[in-house]
Amino acid sequence: MSKVEFRGLSMRFGATEVLRDINLSVGEGELVCILGPSGCGKSTLLNIVGGFLRPAKGEVTIDGVPVTGPDPRRIFVFQERGVFPWLNVEQNVAFGLFRLTEEEKRSRVARYIQLVGLGGFENAYPRELSGGMKQRLEVARALAVHPDVLYLDEPFGALDSITRLQMRRELLRIWQTERKTILFVTHDIEESVQLADRVVVLSQRPGRVRRVLDIDIPHPRDLSAPRYIELRDAIFGEIGLAHQV
Amino acid sequence: MPLTGLALFVLAWDLAVRFSGAPLIPTPWEALRGIGELASRGLLFKYVVASLFRVTWGYLLAVAIAIPVGVAAGMSPRARAMVSPFLHLLRPISPLAWIPIAILWFGVGDFSAVFLIFLAAFFPLAVTAMHAVHDVDPAHLRAGVNFGLSRRQLIARVVVPAIVPQLIVGMRIALGIAWLVVVAAEMIAVSSGLGFLIIEARNAGNRYDLVVAGMVLIGVIGIVLDLAIRRLEGLDSVRWGYAEG
Repeated sequence: MSKVEFRGLSMRFGATEVLRDINLSVGEGELVCILGPSGCGKSTLLNIVGGFLRPAKGEVTIDGVPVTGPDPRRIFVFQERGVFPWLNVEQNVAFGLFRLTEEEKRSRVARYIQLVGLGGFENAYPRELSGGMKQRLEVARALAVHPDVLYLDEPFGALDSITRLQMRRELLRIWQTERKTILFVTHDIEESVQLADRVVVLSQRPGRVRRVLDIDIPHPRDLSAPRYIELRDAIFGEIGLAHQV
Repeated sequence: MPLTGLALFVLAWDLAVRFSGAPLIPTPWEALRGIGELASRGLLFKYVVASLFRVTWGYLLAVAIAIPVGVAAGMSPRARAMVSPFLHLLRPISPLAWIPIAILWFGVGDFSAVFLIFLAAFFPLAVTAMHAVHDVDPAHLRAGVNFGLSRRQLIARVVVPAIVPQLIVGMRIALGIAWLVVVAAEMIAVSSGLGFLIIEARNAGNRYDLVVAGMVLIGVIGIVLDLAIRRLEGLDSVRWGYAEG
């Protein structure tokens, strides 16, 4: 059964048409990457499904219910600047847990700090953490409220390439334990092939769905396997880039 | 190093008075003796307490009113449009220009002085709070909304902690201004306090040693107040707000 459903979604800002007639269905527990060149409207798409923007036409439904605004069951993860700098690691993770009892809160916080590998940094403030650690903290804060969907908007874009690779591995590990539905926006072709069950390739503005590719490689993925390269090159071709520098 | 600078300054002061032969200006030692005399006459403690009492009340009243007003104005564009012109019009008026009105409304006495200090601190604080709210990182506001915070919770848990570093800077500036204004207010609107001491020492017999003694006391207390409020900048939950924490 599909979890998230885009039906005939269009968006414009003033006279600029940003998205045109997006139709897409995302299954429960699926990790879908939305890939496109910068300015193609992919972040706008994520903001609409996150409830932060209203579409000009069409609708998004989750479990059959139209999205009308942000909802704690679906958490949006920004680049690492979304963590609250005035709270320490523990307090950041506990931020969304204000409806729980103290005891439940404590056990959830402990569990998700461990899950993202921040054990030992409970009392550290974000300014004392590296970019990758802040990003993990933000993921932990999101997961702690037990959302059923996560929206990630180029979450690793500000990290160096080695950290980025590690963070992808971490994300996959977490996703395999938690089995959340994940919508992941990126402009990085390799990233999308490494992570996704399916890659949705958007066109230049106004963004339309050009193609949806199933990435039928089991995890952990071998980045030099012929199938990996084949899929990656198919996307390069789709975007109109020769795979050469 | 700061002690060396101070010693040089005192030395230069001493030499300048001796060699210029100015009849009324005291040497540092005469000023120091003036402070001793004030202490032995029981005026030192009395006047310092009187000045601090007025500053405390005027300042705390300003903090208690200006910050909520500024936050409210920063939160809603409509409130901002209403309050902003009023703040910007009244802010450049020196609090001293209000002295006649203060005396008209509150008579000669503590209330007038407290009112003037209140005005002196109110405008910088309200403007600081308003701008700080406007500058809160939208990523933090969105995260708060996403986790299901009500408007009131959003203010308490995101907006206020996000503006505290700037508020502390505003509070420091406002306290500095309040301390400047109390001296001037006491020269006119009351008959005690350090400002009164200075004007009275001159009027009653050209006691310039006491005038300078009063000035030294004002300077020292000003430094102590500033250092006290600066300590707030070292708190863990606000250090992120300053470039090098």
